Amino acid sequence: MAKFEISRRKFLTGASLGASGIMLSGCDAFDSQLSIGSGLRGFLENANGLTYRAQRLLAGRDALAQEFTEADIRQPQRPNGVTAPDDDVYKGLLANNFADWRLEVSGLVEKPLSLSREQLQNMPSRTQITRHDCVEGWSCIAKWTGTPLSLVLDQAVVKPQARYVMFHCLDTIDRSLSGDIKYYGTIDLVDARHPQTILAYGLNGKPLPVENGAPLRVRVERQLGYKMPKYLYKIELVDGFADVGGGRGGYWEDNGYDWYGGI
Amino acid sequence: MESVARSQSAAGPGASASNEKTLIYRQSRWTRLTHWLWAISLFFMLLSGLQIFNARPQLYIGKQSGFDYNNTIFAIGAENTNAGPRGYTEIFGKRFDTTGVLGWSGPAGQETSRAFPSWATIPSYYDLGTARVIHFFFAWILTTTLIVWLVASTVSGHLRRDLAPRLDDLKRLPQDIIDHAKLKFHHTREYNTLQKMAYGGVLFVLLPLMIITGLAMSPSMDAVLPFLNDLLGGRQTARTIHFTVMVLLVAFFIVHILMILAAGPINELRSIITGWYRTDPPAHDDKTAERSA
Repeated sequence: MAKFEISRRKFLTGASLGASGIMLSGCDAFDSQLSIGSGLRGFLENANGLTYRAQRLLAGRDALAQEFTEADIRQPQRPNGVTAPDDDVYKGLLANNFADWRLEVSGLVEKPLSLSREQLQNMPSRTQITRHDCVEGWSCIAKWTGTPLSLVLDQAVVKPQARYVMFHCLDTIDRSLSGDIKYYGTIDLVDARHPQTILAYGLNGKPLPVENGAPLRVRVERQLGYKMPKYLYKIELVDGFADVGGGRGGYWEDNGYDWYGGI
Repeated sequence: MESVARSQSAAGPGASASNEKTLIYRQSRWTRLTHWLWAISLFFMLLSGLQIFNARPQLYIGKQSGFDYNNTIFAIGAENTNAGPRGYTEIFGKRFDTTGVLGWSGPAGQETSRAFPSWATIPSYYDLGTARVIHFFFAWILTTTLIVWLVASTVSGHLRRDLAPRLDDLKRLPQDIIDHAKLKFHHTREYNTLQKMAYGGVLFVLLPLMIITGLAMSPSMDAVLPFLNDLLGGRQTARTIHFTVMVLLVAFFIVHILMILAAGPINELRSIITGWYRTDPPAHDDKTAERSA
């Protein structure tokens, strides 16, 4: 029995040394292979394209994100990212309660638009109680009211060569040597025309507050929060985004997030 | 390759004590290939997953995360105390000091506030976007491998022959537990009851549950399978289950490695690399249970 005890202790010691060896080999070993533009990372990123195609195939154009009831609204919508833009243009518009704010619709459209808040609010609206899923992992349920993006696109008449909707925002999210970086993002036309994709001006029955993106933010309910820009002022129809920003289709995408945020 | 292994066995490298033991072809190429693909995938998914968790080191129960109410059941964080910053881990409201590993860690003098320490995450520095790229790449590999294994094992009969539980397994269970506790191992072609339970549990319960709870966290998949989150108790509960299954898989991995070391690492490794496994003398098989008792 004593002999057996020793062998067990020996083996446990050896095993824990082995296991800690694996752990200590450390995880900075892969760091250098993983920066944006490196070959290995580019290869791994192909999986996101696969996810995108698979989910488009399964979800199709119109499968709706789950909607909830008033009882599920248990707290204010948690704000994230920029919550009080420090931009003079934005602060000027806010001081005037956005009376001078316009939503510009431009790019690959037949009829460029410039819409005031009243014009947007006079269009048919959609109200939905949905779950906001942040890329960080948290969720928050809230009621959003806004103009379906498809109605705005129809009014502007999208040209056939357009492939993406690019959202331009008023808030500076980052500063670089070449100047301030304003938040921007892109979605494809399937999500742009999805029935739940709205330009939201109302939150939980009240006007959209500043911290959540006043006067207008996008709701793209089948994707994560970073795909729903706040503080919108321009919608541009484009056939690609390689020459904008870092060329990856959005501020967070330029910083390493996948372009498709459906997972 | 098979003939080489047989001639090795005939030549008898372990001729003295174990000349009665024989090499048998135990693990098919499908089992070996899928085993190593899982090993690699799970390694990268674990370390990138811990990085993803660091972005929001709290777990909740329900559809959403409570910010104005409390549905947090697990949290890792850091706090300032009189003795300087400390890391803590909170489970069901009970707080433990985990400075140095969870919550507050790093090289001496350069500690930072991070849930899991940098040696346990890929990349080692905070980078949620890159961790997601790695996690989802290997999620595809893991899932594809599971499907390939399921098909190959059904076709080859591996499932029915080696993994399906039998009445005998139940009868053997008490003795099996005693033998394992004493680190007495019988090297036979067949898996013992605890092995069947462990492998079956991982392949038919833990990995599928991991995939299902992973899909339930995807807002796009929720539009395809809206019942999934209702079934699991909400997206945040799904995330909590996902994390819990990770802990169980890590526990399996530790026991798996300990068992390999205890049962003879060379023999076990050879069988999962080449397929060939050295078994105990077959003649005494029926009496091994009594001998070890």
